[in-house]
Amino acid sequence: MSRTYVGTSPVRNEDRRLLTGQALFVDDVQLPGMLHAAFVRSDHAHALIRGIDASAALAREGVVAVITAEDLGDYWQPGPLLVPPPPIDGIVFNQASQVPLAKDRVRHVGEPVVMVIAESRYLAEDALTDVFVDYEPLDPVVDLEAALAEDAPVIHPQLGTNLAAHVVQRHGDYEAAKTDAHLVINRRFHYDRGAAAAMENRCVAARWDPRAEELTIWDTTQAPIPIRNGLARMLGLLESRVRVVAPFVGGGFGPKIMMFYPEEVLVPWAALRLGRPVKWTEDRQENFFATTQERSQIHDAEIAFSADGKILGIRDFFFHDTGAYDPYGLTIPINSQCTLLGPYDVPAYHSEFRAVFTNRTTVTPVRGAGRQHGVFVMERLLDIAARELGLDPSEIRRRNYLRKDEFPHTFQILFQDFAPLYYDSGNYAPALEAALDIVGRDTFRAEQARARAEGRFIGLGVVSYVEGTGIGPYEGARVTIEPSGQVRVATGLGTQGQGHYTAFAQIVAEVLDVDVDRVHVVTGDTREFGWGTGTFASRGAVVAGSACHEAAVAVRKKVIETGARVLGVPADEVELEDGAVRVRGDHARSMGLGQLAGHANPLRGAVVPGTEPGLEATAYFGPDHGSTASGVHAMVVEVDAETAMVKILRYIVVHDCGKLINPVIVAGQVQGGVAHGIGNAFYEQLVYDEGGQLQNASFMDYLLPTALDVPSVEMAHRETTAPLNPLGLKGVGEAGCIPTGAAFAQAVEDALPHLALEIREIPLSPNRLFELLRDAGPADRAPAAELGGPTAAAAAD
Amino acid sequence: MAQPVEISLSVNGVRQGGAVEPRLLLSDFLRHELGLTGTHVGCEHGVCGACTVLMDGEAVRSCLVFAVQADGAEVVTVEGLDSGGELHPLQEAFRDAHGLQCGFCTPGILMSMIPFLRDNPRPDEPQIREALSGNLCRCTGYQNIVESVRLAAERMGGGPSPGGA
Repeated sequence: MSRTYVGTSPVRNEDRRLLTGQALFVDDVQLPGMLHAAFVRSDHAHALIRGIDASAALAREGVVAVITAEDLGDYWQPGPLLVPPPPIDGIVFNQASQVPLAKDRVRHVGEPVVMVIAESRYLAEDALTDVFVDYEPLDPVVDLEAALAEDAPVIHPQLGTNLAAHVVQRHGDYEAAKTDAHLVINRRFHYDRGAAAAMENRCVAARWDPRAEELTIWDTTQAPIPIRNGLARMLGLLESRVRVVAPFVGGGFGPKIMMFYPEEVLVPWAALRLGRPVKWTEDRQENFFATTQERSQIHDAEIAFSADGKILGIRDFFFHDTGAYDPYGLTIPINSQCTLLGPYDVPAYHSEFRAVFTNRTTVTPVRGAGRQHGVFVMERLLDIAARELGLDPSEIRRRNYLRKDEFPHTFQILFQDFAPLYYDSGNYAPALEAALDIVGRDTFRAEQARARAEGRFIGLGVVSYVEGTGIGPYEGARVTIEPSGQVRVATGLGTQGQGHYTAFAQIVAEVLDVDVDRVHVVTGDTREFGWGTGTFASRGAVVAGSACHEAAVAVRKKVIETGARVLGVPADEVELEDGAVRVRGDHARSMGLGQLAGHANPLRGAVVPGTEPGLEATAYFGPDHGSTASGVHAMVVEVDAETAMVKILRYIVVHDCGKLINPVIVAGQVQGGVAHGIGNAFYEQLVYDEGGQLQNASFMDYLLPTALDVPSVEMAHRETTAPLNPLGLKGVGEAGCIPTGAAFAQAVEDALPHLALEIREIPLSPNRLFELLRDAGPADRAPAAELGGPTAAAAAD
Repeated sequence: MAQPVEISLSVNGVRQGGAVEPRLLLSDFLRHELGLTGTHVGCEHGVCGACTVLMDGEAVRSCLVFAVQADGAEVVTVEGLDSGGELHPLQEAFRDAHGLQCGFCTPGILMSMIPFLRDNPRPDEPQIREALSGNLCRCTGYQNIVESVRLAAERMGGGPSPGGA
């Protein structure tokens, strides 16, 4: 009986270790003689450093070293540009990467200035207070638009400007399209910062072994291989003598891929220099100041419609806050620019952005990575237009979806993978109808009216999005059948809770017809697998999963060939069933995979020319384009019109990430994303004052949603398989949080039809919503239209 | 520096002790002195709940307790939940209902739920959510955690709660 695992949900292979406290996280690494690092960080958003006096710290008992930028000599170098700008005509890109320790100037609160190394973390932190840094404060740059004023203080004097980038991308001719418009809408939208807030803070531990001449670094990174490669180069070591291990990592969500954090560069250097293991563990406050963040953008967007509600074109100008440095290039604003188009047929698009340096923590991708900004702008424009045109929000979307026969679909603008924006496949309208069916197409408006009669304000938001996922360049995997019959799979990704130990095992177990719990996956250890890029852009399952599949198929071929030799029959008479090879029609002649692995690796005799020993294969997978996931989110909220508190009554997701490897894991990814999105929409905001000081840098003041704030998600999966990878996969890691803000805004407005409320900003805290409600005048619009039914085309699916 | 203080306590049924600085957090004592690294530290200011352990049967945040305060106490950590490799029904339920993703917050959630289920053997969903609201999780959206706790309650049938509590 052949095993089917892809599409099923076995319990996770990794859970026993996690549930019993045996899983290794970086801060669990404790080595004999280990020293501990702590960092003096800037109190100022923008200041010159006039001098540093570390003598008192050095004199403190237990302190081993105090390191400033000067002490680093030639090792002091700005970090690399991780993602160069795409080849867009006329692009302006000004690079300014973070430095290991601030030398003459600090550019955000929390920037490391001095590293203290001591016998314990307690002593290292004690000594921080001994260090005196003489700052000359400068005017900070906090506001995105003020940053570009003629007389604005310049954060990077060598650039002479706070402009980090200027990019224009066009698809079709917006100005021409607009001339025939029946309706043109123009609005300004704000999206502000939140924290990624992985439960595990960052941590780096390093040990230099002089006998093995090997540097081992344990790092809470999403990208161990690029970290290995970069550190080897910086430290002048062979890549093979540097081992980076990202063991179990307690959540990533993007910022753990921002290589190279100063601490990531400094801790290994210190371990080499001092000849003792060194560890640094970030605390939560440091995480708020020094771990990268995302999301501030301001959009001035315009959309043109025909009289029948068809989009003629869109023009968008936006500012993107890149914070103090821009090591991640333009991934986020390019994502915003591309994802704005969504599942819609947009014949003309003019999108132009300016990325701006500010004296705030550096910005790199956080779950969604700019996509939610685009979705928020587009979905809000559609909602405003629907109101003007007297259409239900669902109806205006129906009229503009790309049809399922319009794939693959290409736009003339470049995506983050430097290729033209390409939708490999999709089928959008049925997802909307499915969501409305779950909401209750025929009953919702009546329920809403009943509630209103009781003085309760219930509203519905229904929005759509697409997500470019699973981009290249490549990942790899090695699959080995061991003599025990157990299977080992190694990939180069890091894993932060996505279930790779199980999902990859399912893929391999199905190909080799073995039990899934006999497939042991290792990720995130450069010694186990040294080629790859990392876990980002919802690509792990798509790209590394495909590589696992290809490697397993290659091993299966070796199994058949070796089996044929050992069993003495032609290969086409050999079958692989139930963890064994056997002769077709003569099942008594069989051999288990473990024993066969022994035959494939003999101690005597000759290996057959042209074959390799062992039952092992390595394969790589690099897709030409990413795969385009999509979905519809619907949210039912109840708004307390007096206090502006919003309760989410229902949350519905119809999601399409192609073929599902493990539906339960996929659902978990979406549920977690939705919670993250709800946080971003209503609870979470990093509040900076005009001096660039973060005002809420603790979990007491920065509100993560709790179990009381997040509803259970009602979910339906659709599977529009991807044509560009062997299993038809699309990514899912970021999906849940992308459209949440847009759904929230529409739902709140829908709950309060008597007010002229137009939500153009996210996050929308209870306080801020209270202000908007207080200031909103009475509405002059008709009551909400019926939800209506699908068009004939959509109903036909 | 203050003088070290001798302490003696039971951790997962094993007598432990030593001289500790008065300011040493219980979480650091467990993790770095005893090597019980299953107890995780997520915020060090008592909000996230990842470091929750049982002290004399009650859930405490070990980042808000000094090791010296645990002198004479019975402490149970996540490492003390299973017996001889057999998962506790609560652990089993979390595995079966996909109640964890990265697993970093999980030990604290398990240790919060042990006394909760002891005191509320048949909780409904609002009670479970209320009980979970002191533990933060960024991965799961809580949905499967709620389901895991419900499943555990069902399987444990309202019987006595193990784990030394």
